[in-house]
Amino acid sequence: MNVNLNEIVFLIVATTVAVSAVGVVTSKSIVRSAVWLLLTLIGISFVYFLLGAEFLGAAHLIVYVGGTLVLVVFGVMLTAGGPFTTLANHRWEWVVGVAVAILLFGILVAASLQLGASTPSPTGNMPGTGSLGLAFLGVPDPASKVSTSYLLPFEIVSVHLLVVLIGAAYLARAKKRAKPHD
Amino acid sequence: MLSLFNQYLPESLAIVLTALVGAGLVVSFMGVSALMFIWAERKISARMQDRLGPTRTGKFGLLQSLADGIKLITKEDFAPDGADRVLFRAAPYLAFCAAFAGFIALPFGSGVAVQTLSIGAFFMLAVLSSEVFGVMLAGYASGSKWALFGGMREAAQVVSYEVPRSICVLVPICIAGTLNLTTIGQQQVGGFWNWYVFHDPFTFVAFIIFFIVATASCKRAPFDLAEAESELVAGFHTEYSGIRWSYFFMAEYGSMFAMSGLAAMLFLGGWHTGVLPYEPTVAFGPWLGVPLNACVVIGKGTLLVIVMMWMRWSLPRLRIDQVMMTCLKYFLPISCVLLLGVCVWQLYVPKLVGDGVKWVLAGSTIASILGVSVSLFRPLQHAPAGQLPGAWGK
Repeated sequence: MNVNLNEIVFLIVATTVAVSAVGVVTSKSIVRSAVWLLLTLIGISFVYFLLGAEFLGAAHLIVYVGGTLVLVVFGVMLTAGGPFTTLANHRWEWVVGVAVAILLFGILVAASLQLGASTPSPTGNMPGTGSLGLAFLGVPDPASKVSTSYLLPFEIVSVHLLVVLIGAAYLARAKKRAKPHD
Repeated sequence: MLSLFNQYLPESLAIVLTALVGAGLVVSFMGVSALMFIWAERKISARMQDRLGPTRTGKFGLLQSLADGIKLITKEDFAPDGADRVLFRAAPYLAFCAAFAGFIALPFGSGVAVQTLSIGAFFMLAVLSSEVFGVMLAGYASGSKWALFGGMREAAQVVSYEVPRSICVLVPICIAGTLNLTTIGQQQVGGFWNWYVFHDPFTFVAFIIFFIVATASCKRAPFDLAEAESELVAGFHTEYSGIRWSYFFMAEYGSMFAMSGLAAMLFLGGWHTGVLPYEPTVAFGPWLGVPLNACVVIGKGTLLVIVMMWMRWSLPRLRIDQVMMTCLKYFLPISCVLLLGVCVWQLYVPKLVGDGVKWVLAGSTIASILGVSVSLFRPLQHAPAGQLPGAWGK
């Protein structure tokens, strides 16, 4: 029997991701679904690590687990109480949700079947993040001599984020109260 | 080790076995170091407060943590009525797993790591920052207002301190040009003046800032607002007892050591003693070099952990608004300036000036450490009865 360790580990990780993704939508309490989401996101970063994309996996952890999810739970904790801690879905919401999920799953399966099996590179080396970093800066890749610059789109996206941040800070700032002088 | 197992076993079994051995080593290291650190913390705090600390259990009270551990295991494991039972029980394991996973990428010598990742520094930051999740869940799931306040403070504090911490890590990364912790360690071979902390004034300040920010992100005093005893009973772990409570402490001491190890790797020359001008594993062979390297890394990490304890028992706790202000108004701009400064230094400062500054920094640091040590170990001046010695007597 030829046991492939990669496949076993992938099966375990993929099952965890799938089960916890179902848990996210089925659990009633928001914090419970955040914890299921935590398991899903950690599982996805494990998939990246399994594929050898260490940078992507770590970035996934730091952005989603360390940042986004903490903010979600933080927000729930600040606003806890009242009608928002538990979720109850109507029957028609379930029907629509399941239909959209099946549609998306079908599209993804069709797309991945079209891609076919991956061809490992002849040298056996995994592509690193170095070429991506060089491409960001517009430096020609030493291997292929192809010069691409992603610097402008990257900067536009970052400036956009900055604008959003400033806008959020403006909206959330403490309003000056017109207090009578006493 | 993988090749050793490969000789006797099929490849997949060998990989699993190697992983198990690595995980076992890390868990036992975390456990033993937590026991020793807790003992050291009690002894150090006692000495700083003119007490003796634990003395009854073994020589110098060395077995105190072990006795405490046995007591904690036998305690009743219960959850309060208002608690979310599942999350309450899972939270300590989440915190522990995050601290544990940080050790995967931490090298204890040249190539002696559980897994040498090409992005080791980034991975450690990512994993250690997710420890906050366990603490927040503990705070939320306890169903107690004190715990909830503790968890919220922890979330706000750690999320903000993550930013200057990451920027401070970038400062030596800019010099090293890699995120691989093993390569960064290998680049600092030779005398202590080659350590990145002495590379230029910016890295020197960055080390200090990183150390303070790391203390804050390990929720250690003076930044331990999440468990402020005077206001919140015990903060996020108010409702915990027994073995689950001790998992939080294993996680705290584990992440303290992981942070100190990361600081040692990035700034303090990693596994290099600073005296030997060559790579120990190459010169002495693996059987002598690897234990020496591991001892040096553990020694440097322990030293930094002891400095954290020293800070804890010297400085009063900040208020929560002061904690946030220190981070966002001071550490964040300072670390941005440091990052810009180190880039400019790398690009425009000639080698002669750079070397001179390196020598001056290393020399003056060593001289001041020596001066302080000499003045510490001077024999005590005897005061007349009823008076204090030294400057206090006048």
